[in-house]
Amino acid sequence: MSTNLFDELHADGDTLSRLHHRLERDAAADGLLDVAYRTVDSPVGTLLLAATDVGLVRVAYDIEDHDAVLAKLARSVSPRVLRAPARLDPVAHQLDEYFGKRRTTFEVTVDLRLAEGFRRSVIEHLREIGYGVRESYAEVAAAVGNPRAVRAVGTACARNPMPVVIPCHRVVRSDGSTGQYVGGAAAKSALLALEAA
Amino acid sequence: MRPFEDVVAEHGATVLRVCRAIVGPVDAEDAWSETFLSALRAYPELPADANVEAWLVTIAHRRALDVGRARTRRAIPVETPPDRPSSRADPSARYPDLWAALQRLPGKQRLALAYHHIAGLPFAEIAELLGNSPDAARRAAADGLKTLRKLYPEDETA
Repeated sequence: MSTNLFDELHADGDTLSRLHHRLERDAAADGLLDVAYRTVDSPVGTLLLAATDVGLVRVAYDIEDHDAVLAKLARSVSPRVLRAPARLDPVAHQLDEYFGKRRTTFEVTVDLRLAEGFRRSVIEHLREIGYGVRESYAEVAAAVGNPRAVRAVGTACARNPMPVVIPCHRVVRSDGSTGQYVGGAAAKSALLALEAA
Repeated sequence: MRPFEDVVAEHGATVLRVCRAIVGPVDAEDAWSETFLSALRAYPELPADANVEAWLVTIAHRRALDVGRARTRRAIPVETPPDRPSSRADPSARYPDLWAALQRLPGKQRLALAYHHIAGLPFAEIAELLGNSPDAARRAAADGLKTLRKLYPEDETA
């Protein structure tokens, strides 16, 4: 008998998916689910959502490379990262409503640990910019008490850990053009158009 | 350190096969779940250069010993043997027979076979798990394969 016999023992995909669900539940119950994540489809592409036990910690566009984002979360937050959609269900639902024009604000607990110092103040301010409102990078810089830090505001927006939910897309250039965006210029225009419609 | 999800995706299927071989198909899912939950707990402390699959098999091995002890404690004689699928034509029906055949092997042969031929562990590491020498582990795997050949002839699986 050849040992190829064991190659036939393909583990059943259904069994593995059931076991994965059980691991998600057990990990959450034992306080081991440091980072839970899932993806959602949206009009601006597939979004990665990740949450700690504190709250939503990361939203990422496709072009940010979801695998790279998860690898970075494993390094900067905890390697206990599991695809566990349950924790993200509320935010996934709210995103669905937002893109369906049935929601203008997100009621989500956030974990801002990925934004420190000046970036943190910018992110905190972004959360105050209302639906359909636009502010210039210069206005944001003035609002956080550092009117000359226009470029740094741009960097902080580009490194916003939770785009869409924390609306860095509402920050535009002083001349009215949309400017750059972590999800690409087309995504920024799409969100601004959605909110203007 | 890679996200733990990658570890589950890469090694989940192999660990399930190892669990089926070492504790049998009935207890395999519990053994898998306990293995990965223990692994998740310890994962942040795992050295960067560790052989992840060998580490998971080591955890499964310890869990299997626990499951085995628990089963011995609650062992109740079964009046009639459980039904075994008789169809040799359906490939999926062959697996339960193979798992049943594996369960009839002596413990060290079964474990050596599972760790070497399913998990691909070197005999030196298997010897550490079984508490014997690499040569003894190699012999156990070879004897196990020989016994399995009698219990589960290949021509019936072809």
